[in-house]
Amino acid sequence: MIQLRNVTRWYGNVVAVNDITMTIGPGVTGLLGPNGAGKSTVLHLIAGFLAPSRGELTIGGVPPWRNPEIYRTVGLVPERDSVYAFLTGEEFVRATARLHQLADPAAATRRAIAIVDMAQAQDRKISTYSKGMRQRIKVAAALVHDPQVLLLDEPFNGMDPRQRLHMMDLLTKLGAEGRTILLSSHILEEVEQLAGTIQVIVSGRLAASGDFRAIRRLMTSRPHVFLVRTSDDRRLGAALIGRPAVTGVELTGGGLQVRAADFGAFSRELAALTRDEGIRLRELLPEDESLESVFAYLVES
Amino acid sequence: MFNKVVASITLRAVFGRKRALLFALPPLILILITLVLKAARPTGAPWPGRILGDFGFSVILPLTALIIGTSVLGAEIDDGSIVHLLATPVRRSSVIVTKFCVGAVLTMAFVAVPELVAGLIATGGPSKLAAGLFVGALVGSVIYNAVFVMLSVLTTRAIAVGLLYVLIWEVVLGNFVSGARLLSVEQYSLGVANSIAHYSALHAGLTLGTAVIMGAIVTVAALVYGTRRLSEFSLKGDAV
Repeated sequence: MIQLRNVTRWYGNVVAVNDITMTIGPGVTGLLGPNGAGKSTVLHLIAGFLAPSRGELTIGGVPPWRNPEIYRTVGLVPERDSVYAFLTGEEFVRATARLHQLADPAAATRRAIAIVDMAQAQDRKISTYSKGMRQRIKVAAALVHDPQVLLLDEPFNGMDPRQRLHMMDLLTKLGAEGRTILLSSHILEEVEQLAGTIQVIVSGRLAASGDFRAIRRLMTSRPHVFLVRTSDDRRLGAALIGRPAVTGVELTGGGLQVRAADFGAFSRELAALTRDEGIRLRELLPEDESLESVFAYLVES
Repeated sequence: MFNKVVASITLRAVFGRKRALLFALPPLILILITLVLKAARPTGAPWPGRILGDFGFSVILPLTALIIGTSVLGAEIDDGSIVHLLATPVRRSSVIVTKFCVGAVLTMAFVAVPELVAGLIATGGPSKLAAGLFVGALVGSVIYNAVFVMLSVLTTRAIAVGLLYVLIWEVVLGNFVSGARLLSVEQYSLGVANSIAHYSALHAGLTLGTAVIMGAIVTVAALVYGTRRLSEFSLKGDAV
């Protein structure tokens, strides 16, 4: 449904999104990554609010940039909390329905407001809404034309746990109906509960892609290579090779290169070992930085 | 082309803001001054040209048009709510044209009508001068709004840029460099006003033909270019 091929976007000489290729199909997909990683840029590119500097991006085979017709099948929930606050919730959604030139704007409005469960508050001005209610009315407006694709930028920001749960249920339901739901988030647990598929973006690059559990398994079980510098590399090397978590040790000019099969066990043992042996640990560097950063990110959050 | 939904949201947005009170101020000042002068010097002197022509067309009209023309679209772009409008299949040309129409009509109501009223007061009844001022201000409302709506798509500092254009180009250069008048909306308006009023104190520097042709070109060019830039409206990504 949504296809990115070698999509790159730069601002001046800052590369915000770097050579991303991915396909996003029906169901809920989470766009995950630390703040400033380029998630919003990717979402804006897909939503047609940013031109790719290079590469190809299509939704259902059509490029969204400079193509307002795309919004007949795409709904967007922007991150910024700027709505027409002087309208009531119902007026806002109905205005959107009329902008879409729907055959029966009133019915579409009722349906969309019912989906987000905002019927009781629909006649209040949006300026009186809480953050969570604003988020929901924005979702209602984005859903009013029954789009096949729904894009949400940090939809859980500022929501309390109950609202969050409600929104998650809603998105899960929409995804199960066969819609393509893409949401960005920097909070892992939100996406973990919700999304079948995740796309991890770190420093503008697509660092990992696929089923969440599979990615986590892959990350924890693959061998990790570290460069260790200590006060006595040779002695530490001898001690390390005796440990099951370590599969290889090599003395190099710059320090000790250690291959660890089990990252968790290795990191625990290294600390204990250096302490027991009286060796001072000077530096511990992951060799494969981009993957390590994803890993650190997935494990830490 | 004209979108009723966009127009009604725009009107509610414009009048929902405190800034709307500003619109009413310049025309009130204009009528007040006219009343005072009328009472003080009832006949003879060419003060209507000074006040309704010079002051009206080089200060009241452009400033009111600037406030209105930059609020109809610029405010929405500034606060980001424009995304909700642009994430629909509404044609971008239709957004620009609707915003332009709303701005032009509001400016007519807040400047051209007061110019007419002030003209009637000044001449003591229906006159060529009142009609000329009215039609000239109508024309100015249209052209200024096209320019200022376009400006608000091009830059977030549309008010500052618009103010510089009005003050530097129109008021200073337009008065001293006759070539600058060719690109002065004030001069287009005065040119049209004078073709009806035939009033030398209006200081019209352009003939009717030039004023109308240049005004039409500027209006159309501003709307076309504004539409093009709005089609490329971009959201800023993550703070880099």
